[in-house]
This record gives sequence, structure tokens and C-alpha cells, in this order.
Amino acid sequence: MGEQRIRVLIAKPGLDGHDRGAKVLARALRDAGMEVIYTGLRQTPEQIAATATQEDVHVVGLSCLSGAHLELFPRVVELLKEHGADDILVLGGGTIPAEDISVLKERGVAEVFTPGASTQEVVEFVKRSVNL
Amino acid sequence: MSLAEGVRRGEVRATAKLITLIENHPESAVEDLRALHPHTGNAHIVGITGSPGIGKSTLTDALAKRWRKDGAHIGIIAVDPNSPFSGGALLGDRIRMQELATDPGVFIRSMGARGRLGGLARATHNAIRVLDAGGKDVILVETVGVGQSELDIVRTADTVVVGLVPGMGDDIQTIKAGILEVADVFVINKADRPDARRLMMELQTMLDLDPERHSHWEPPIERTVATTGEGIEMLMAAIRNHWEHLTYSGELEQRRRERYAAELQSVVEDYWRMRFFEYWQREGHWEQVVEQLLRKETDPFSAARKLVAPFLDSESRRVNL
Amino acid sequence: MFDRDALLSLEQQKDAWERGPVAKTLEQFGERSEQFRTTSELPVERLYTPLELAEADYQRDQGLPGEYPFTRGIQPTMYRGRLWTMRQYAGFGNAEESNRRYKYLLEQGQTGLSVAFDLPTQIGYDSDHSLSRGEVGKVGVAIDSLADMELLFDGIPLDQVSTSMTINAPAAILLAMYAALARKQGVALDKLRGTIQNDILKEYVARGTYIFPPQPSMRLVSDTFAFCAEQLPNWNSISISGYHMREAGCNAVQEVAFTLANAIAYVQAALEAGLDVDTFAPRLSFFFDAHNDLLEEVSKFRAARKLWARIMKERFGAVKARSQMLRFHTQTAGSALTAQQPDNNVVRVTLQALAAVLGGTQSLHTNSREEALALPTEDSVRLALRTQQVIAHESGVGNTVDPLAGSYYVEALTREIEDRVTAYIEKIDELGGTARAIEQGYIQREIQESAYTHQKEVESCERVVVGLNKYRIAEEPPTNLLRLDPEVERREREKLEQLRGRRDNAHVTTTLEGVRKAAAGRENLVPRIQEAVEAYATLGEICDVLRGEFGVHQASVVF
Ligand code: B12
Ligand SMILES: Nc1nc2c(ncn2[C@@H]2O[C@H](COP(=O)(O)OP(=O)(O)OP(=O)(O)O)[C@@H](O)[C@H]2O)c(=O)[nH]1
Ligand SMILES: [Mg+2]
Repeated sequence: MGEQRIRVLIAKPGLDGHDRGAKVLARALRDAGMEVIYTGLRQTPEQIAATATQEDVHVVGLSCLSGAHLELFPRVVELLKEHGADDILVLGGGTIPAEDISVLKERGVAEVFTPGASTQEVVEFVKRSVNL
Repeated sequence: MSLAEGVRRGEVRATAKLITLIENHPESAVEDLRALHPHTGNAHIVGITGSPGIGKSTLTDALAKRWRKDGAHIGIIAVDPNSPFSGGALLGDRIRMQELATDPGVFIRSMGARGRLGGLARATHNAIRVLDAGGKDVILVETVGVGQSELDIVRTADTVVVGLVPGMGDDIQTIKAGILEVADVFVINKADRPDARRLMMELQTMLDLDPERHSHWEPPIERTVATTGEGIEMLMAAIRNHWEHLTYSGELEQRRRERYAAELQSVVEDYWRMRFFEYWQREGHWEQVVEQLLRKETDPFSAARKLVAPFLDSESRRVNL
Repeated sequence: MFDRDALLSLEQQKDAWERGPVAKTLEQFGERSEQFRTTSELPVERLYTPLELAEADYQRDQGLPGEYPFTRGIQPTMYRGRLWTMRQYAGFGNAEESNRRYKYLLEQGQTGLSVAFDLPTQIGYDSDHSLSRGEVGKVGVAIDSLADMELLFDGIPLDQVSTSMTINAPAAILLAMYAALARKQGVALDKLRGTIQNDILKEYVARGTYIFPPQPSMRLVSDTFAFCAEQLPNWNSISISGYHMREAGCNAVQEVAFTLANAIAYVQAALEAGLDVDTFAPRLSFFFDAHNDLLEEVSKFRAARKLWARIMKERFGAVKARSQMLRFHTQTAGSALTAQQPDNNVVRVTLQALAAVLGGTQSLHTNSREEALALPTEDSVRLALRTQQVIAHESGVGNTVDPLAGSYYVEALTREIEDRVTAYIEKIDELGGTARAIEQGYIQREIQESAYTHQKEVESCERVVVGLNKYRIAEEPPTNLLRLDPEVERREREKLEQLRGRRDNAHVTTTLEGVRKAAAGRENLVPRIQEAVEAYATLGEICDVLRGEFGVHQASVVF
């Protein structure tokens, strides 16, 4: 008799302070019926991976507009693996040059959304990717 | 390996997964919960409740840090409301507990209340059971900040900490609304704000005037500034005192007896309800009965009896429950 | 302003026009929308006439340029005298690389510098701090010590330029470095012109580079006010910024309201610290955004000037005219620029820059075409600068003062914005001032609400963004974007190591202890910080000392 919900962690790794997109996205996911944990600015990959594991989210969404994505996103993927939580889907978004997207995908990021992406697109993607 | 075994070994992943199972498919978690039950009862379950924004999460964070200094293992469950419209939720309590995120001695779980109104989620109780069996010494449970009706926590926690802040205007109202009876410890947080002392005195007066207070435990009133850690030492001491009081006075056992009685009742109710609806999904002619009611061919009271009787028959034929 | 009888007859005439020609046209064609609104949701009428200005009083509402209430501009001759300062926000990689960019911009006719620091610098970490990993030199220049500042301004005499530094939590440190550098160059401090952003309040709600909790942060602000008033008479001790809140999602009305509310808090803090309003108020400066809704933006700037003049005069009793003048820098709206069809951005920037100039800005940054993609290349930033130069020299809009004044629409909108801003400020006063409003999450919630509404309107195509949700084309990923040298971080670390080996470390320790003592007490911190930077203490070391005394801000997130 439980009710299922998709659970998502939206996280801002690194020192980047651009949170408009992360917050807009968090709300859009909430309004699509998901339980969203948003942990605020300046998260280390260690904090993000630990949080994702404890919270047993289906998806971790990393938002970075400061250009440190190549350093930070793959590190989160690695740490999740170390926690035995590599079933968690990792998504990325923000100011990410086209040529970096394939690098990120190779290193375990499932999809990357860039400026202009619609939040509905993200909602659809998450719903499609998560089997409850 | 079962999730329960993982929990017993202190594995974060298994613990997290089992809690999810409890939230989403409680019936599938029964086996694991059964296995864990014998290992429960060691943790001190502390509820933190109070109106929105009074600093429950910040207090939880400060208390957990203080307890960690003594080497205690901490579980935290923080409950937030779900939107009644979309069913979604923004779970924000963890934000105040960032430094604890990577501490292996702390497990934090955010939970949506998922429509439940008493301040906790339906799954909270069993999630506590999981953390307890996983070896947590103290489990801090932050309720939804609803202010009025967080009565679930009384049935769940050993020690209920009720938080108030000066200058919120509605404090005395809240107190009148029945909080007085549930608090084992009061905390006046944001004591860096003016009027903390006045609120403390008002509260003390109310406590003194209340004729129904049980005499063996006088709920202490502590003052804290959760953001700086001021007063946390005293608050923790007060919570520990209460625990000792519970243990030595025999009240702990009494409370737990009541709690098990209540739990048993609700598990029984849930179980029967589930079985009945399963039965009716197979055998039901619900709509037909409704039509009969509409045509005044029967009344709801007789209809109910008629509906349940064959179900009871079929159940009594089952040897194994 | 208008004759009563004339207004009466106009009213009749307009009434007839609406029932006649307008009704007839509507029957045949209809209008594009039931209701037209500005981006701030202000209703826009079909036609504005003197009727909307029936209550207006020219002297009271507009006045003359350079005179109270400064609606028409802060100088009597405005751009007929001197054009606005063309100031492109720039900085990336290390000091040498950024120095090259500054020199290029100056060669191309830029008239002021604007330094963008990288995030570690803005948050008080040295390049070798573990949290700096991956962030060094990425979105601004990495400055660890005075040695980097020497390289950053190499060959740029500080008495010849005005320099704006977007630095907030560690503003006092960068200011001290700039002053120390001036001394090395032999430039007297009273010759220094420029600005430190130093606006900590908006960091908590919109920009995110806070370090310390609000109280000690406000003390640092007041300390820099006092220091500047004494030593750097031509330096703007703060740039009270609406830009970032607007970019975080709020609308034009909220932008002005929250900025002025913050400004009120700074003035109050300085008064409480014992300063006289007319000593520091002349050096307060502002920073606004210029968006696409051209006439709303122009009206916004005019309303802001008028409101500030009144606040300073009536609320704070400032007497000097300069204390009442709202001087501001403008940046065009990055959030209005798209990653799709980036060339369209050049057109948007032109409109936005025009709004800033028609609104009487004192200085201007124009964004580049690849704003949504990366930091600009040299070519793009030149085009952005050229956009300003075309407006300045070819459009003619600067040849008369406040050319849109008297437009029925602009005046009505100026009035409307003024009223709505006033209501917001009253609300914030009721909440106990901006600091309390931030603590309660009020400002953040207002901003986020607007940001979310905007996003939904764009996604539902209620709000058209050309090239994004309408007139789309298939595009290849853009090429020729600025790529940063990945070696910067390593080199910066090495440089730091060398510095730490070279300097007199005992002296560094002594000066840091001086900073600590000052922080623990009440003495002005800036002189102590100056001693430390002159001993080549690093920014991270100084911030560590301050973190030790002040603690760090625990951010709260509100939804
Ligand atoms: C708004 C803005 C700001 C605001 C931020 C306000 C705030 N609270 O967020 C302000 C003015 C404060 C600001 C400041 C700075 N900014 Co800025 N800023 C922008 C701007 C103009 C728009 C970003 C935005 O909010 N867009 C609207 C939101 C809704 O879109 P979004 O964040 O892109 O998110 C969408 C997608 O990317 C995606 N998405 C994003 N995250 C995620 C995560 C997941 C999981 C998923 C699925 C999707 C997803 O979905 C969203 C919905 O469409 C961009 C340029 C641009 N047009 O993109 C520059 C930009 C990001 N900023 C830039 C810079 C350099 C800075 C500064 C560092 C400058 C400096 N040196 O001081 C500062 C410092 C800020 C800080 N503390 O980190 C650069 C970054 C360059 C780079 N990475 O190479 C940019 C690209 C501008 C430029 N070309 O120079 N900025
Ligand atoms: N001045 C002051 N602020 C505090 C104190 N404790 C918490 N706060 C601030 O109060 C705000 C709310 O704190 P939380 O801990 O999130 O409160 P909460 O009760 O958990 O809130 P909800 O879970 O939303 O009901 C935050 O901005 C805290 O920083 C305190 O002792 N003094
Ligand atoms: Mg909370």
C-alpha cells in the first residue's frame, strides 16, 4: 500500500554559485510529483555521493556553470561506485561545451542538458529512465 | 545477502535501500523487518518538533555533532510535507546538516510525509526500526513543521523535544494547542533574539499552572542558539537526563509497552484491511451493492455485514495466517 | 502639467476614438493579445496621452538634469560632456593572461577596467586549496597575493585608469592590494579611481560568493566605507547591485526595490558605526541590469534615480547633492541571451545597451554573442565593445539629455515603477529591514518565484524567445569558443609555493596576528589587512584568519 515516488538529488558541486537553473529544475521536478532533495551551494563530490547513497535517490542531477564539470562530475560517478551505488543515474547540466559532453558520457554521466533545455524535457527523461 | 543482513553489518547502501522499500512497498519489507526486530530497542529515539522555521534541522545538526564527540552513532530522519497537488516534495532539512553528510557515524534520511498529517511519514516508524537494528545509539527524528498536529511523534519517540522561538507571536497559541502535554524537554531556540527570557518565563508559568502535569518529570526549558552551538551542551544533558529518568523509573518499559500495543493494533488493522481488499478485488460486487443502496433495497449497515461475512468465512478456512 | 479644460476635452476625444475607430478596428482585426504586459507584469495600455499624467508635476517628478530629484540624469550635460565609461568585465586564467586582455581592450578604445576574479579568489581560497581544484582561473583571474596584482596591472598606470573590481566578501583585501600596488607605482591614493563591489547582502540571496556571516560582513563593509572616506576620496566604496538579483530571476521592479532596500541597510549600518552620512554617501554607487523591454528599462533607471534621491534626502537627511545622486554601472542581461543562434544575441545586446544609455548610465558592459556558451573570445568582446561605440558615436542618442522624457508612456511607467518599488520597500521595512527579510527568506522567495514563472512562460511559449521557442533552426555545436589553458592551476600552485619560500614568513605571521587582533576587536580592519598584503600574505591566509574570528556563513536554501 506504499506510494512510490521518484527521488532526485539536485546538487551544486564545487564553488559555483549559479543556482537559478538548479532551483528552477528542482521545482519543476517537484511539480512533476518527485521528491527532490536540494543541498545548496558548494558541495564536495564526497558530500554529494554520500547524500545520494543515504537518501537512495534514483537520480543525482549535477549542475555546474563554472567550467569545473570535467573535474567534478566524473568524481561523483566514481564515488558512487565506491559506495556500491552505481545504480544511481547521474545527470549533468549547465554551461558545458559540446565537446565535453561526450567526455562526460564516457565517464558515466548518463545525459547532459545545456542552456535552453526545457525542464519538461528533463522530467520526461527522468521518468523514462527510472523504473519504479 | 538480504537487506536486513546488510543493515546489521552497518552497510549504508542496504540501510538506504530497505528504507526505500518500506516507503514504496511496505509489504515486501516485512521479511527484513521481522529479521531486524530482535535487534531493536537499544537506541534512544529523540523527536524534535515545533513550528516551521524554528530551527529544528539546525538543532538536529548541532545535537548530532555534540553526540558524535562522545562517539555515539547517530541516525537522523527528517520529514517534510509533500505537495497536496503534485505529490512531489522539496526535502530541505539536510541542508543544515551538510557537515554530517560524510561522517560514517551518521546516517541521514529525508522523508516526504506523503499525505500523512501527524507530522511523520507512514514509513518513519519502521525506518527507525531499521536504524535501531543497524546499531545507532541515538535516532533524531525531525517532524514536519506543522505546528499543531504533530502527534505521531509522541507515539514514536522516547523523548520529545518541543522547540519554540521568541517573537513568533503564535508561540503561546501553539502551547495551548496541546504541545504542553507532549513535551519532555522544551527548547527555546534563537535565544540570540530579544524576548527569549520572557518567553521562557511565560512558558514556565504555564507549566506551573498546568494541573495535569505528571509529577515525576518536570520538563526542563533550555535555551539555545542552534547556529552557534550555544546551549546545545545543556540541551543534550536534558535529553540524556530524560532518558535516564525513563530507564530508572520504569517509564521506558511502560512507554514501550504502550507503543507496541498501539503498533500491534495498527499492524493488525492494516493487515486485515489489506486482506479484505485483496479478497474484494477478487470476489467483490461492490458496485452492485452501491446500486442497491441507491434504490434503497438495503442499508449500509446490513450491507457491510453481508459483505464481510463471506470474507471472514474464507479467512477462517485458511489454516496458516 | 496640463490645463484642466484641455484634459477634459481630450478625455472626451479619447472616449470617442475608443468607441469609434478603435472599436471598428478591433472588430475587424483584434489585437495580438488580450492584455499586454511588461516583463515586470506591469499592464501596458494601448495608448498613453496626457491623461495618464494628469497628476504629474514636472518640477517635482522630473526636474532638471543634475538637480534633485535627478530623474533626468545626474549631470547637467550628461553625454554631451563625456560619454559613459565603456567597461568590459574581463578576467580569466592567470594575471599575465588577463593583463594581456586588459591592454587589448584599452587599445580598442575601452575607457575603464573591470576585473573578474575566479571563484577561489572570490570565496577566499588560494589556488592550492583543495576546494579550488578545477576552479582556478576558470571564470575569472586567479589572484593569490600582491605579487599577482603586480602582474595583473603590469604596464597599466593606476592613475590613468579607473578600475572596477567585482569582489565582495574579501573586498577589503583586494582594495588593500590595489592601494599597495598604487604605492609601489608611486601613485597617490587620492588619485585612484574605481570601485569595489563590496555588496555582501546580495551575495546571500543571488550571487553566492559569501564567506562570513552577515554581522561581521557588514562590519567589513562599514570599515571599508570609513577607510575609503579617509584615504581614497575618489574611490567608490561599494557598488550596490541589482544586477545579480535580476539575473537570478527577479523582475525590474523587484530589482530596484531590493537594491534600494539593501542600500538602505548599508547606510544604516554606516550610520550606526558612527559615520556621517555626507562623508560616505557620495561614494556609494550602484549596478543595474539592462534587459530587452527597452522602455520599461529606461523607466526603471529614471525611477531608481528619483527614488534614491528622495530616500537620501528625506529618510537620511543627506544634504550634499552628490549624496543624493544615484550613479550606476549597467551590464546587459546575460540571462536574456541564448545558446541557440548566438548571433541573435548581438541584436539583443544592442537593444539592452541602448536602454542603458537612454536611461542615463555612468558606465556600461555589453555582453558577448557567446554569453550562454563560454567566456568571450577577443573577437567577440571587441564586437560587444563596438556595439557601445556605435551607439555612442553613430546613433545620436547621447546628443541631448534624457531624450525619452516627456513620452507619455515612459513617464507613466516611471511613475508606476516608482509606486511599486515604494510598496516593496515598505513591506521590507515592515519585516524589519532587508537583513531580516533575507533571514526569513522573503527576498529569495520573491526572486525564485519570478524565475520559475519566467521559465514556465518560456516553456509554454507564452513568452517568445526568438530562436529558442520560436523560429528555431537545426544548428551545429558552435566552434571557436574560448578554451582555457589547463596548465594554469598547476602553475599557480607552483607560483604560490615559490612565494611562500621567498617572502619573510615571520613578518607574515606578525601581520596576520595584527589582522586577527583587529578582527577580534573593533579597530578598522583595512589598515591591518594592508600590512598583511604588503608582507605578501596571501588572500587565503588572510581569509583563514578572518574565518577563524568571524566564523563562516551557513547558507540557507528557501523554496
Ligand atoms: C544568471 C547568470 C549569473 C547570475 C547567477 C544568479 C544565480 N543565482 O543563479 C550572476 C549574475 C550572479 C552570475 C554571476 C557570475 N557568473 Co554568470 N551567468 C548567468 C547567465 C547569464 C545565465 C545562467 C542562468 O541562470 N540561466 C537560466 C537558467 C534557468 O538556465 P541554466 O542555469 O543554464 O539551466 C538550464 C540548463 O543549463 C539545464 N541545467 C542546468 N543545470 C542542470 C542540472 C541538471 C541535473 C540538469 C538535468 C539540467 C541542468 O537546465 C536548465 C533549464 O533550462 C550565464 C550565461 C547564460 N546565458 O547561460 C552566465 C555564466 C554562466 N556566468 C558566468 C560567469 C563567469 C559568472 C561569474 C563567475 C563571473 C565572475 N568572475 O564573477 C559570476 C560568479 C557567480 C558565482 N558565484 O559562481 C559564465 C561562465 C563561463 C564558463 N563556465 O565558462 C557564463 C556562461 C557567462 C559568460 N559567458 O561569461 N551569473
Ligand atoms: N538567529 C538564529 N537563527 C537560527 C537559529 N537556529 C536556526 N536559525 C535559522 O533559522 C532558519 C530556519 O532553520 P531550520 O533549522 O531550517 O528550521 P526548521 O525548523 O528545521 O525549518 P523547517 O524544517 O522548514 O520547519 C535558518 O535560517 C537557520 O539558520 C538560532 O539559534 N538563531
Ligand atoms: Mg527543518
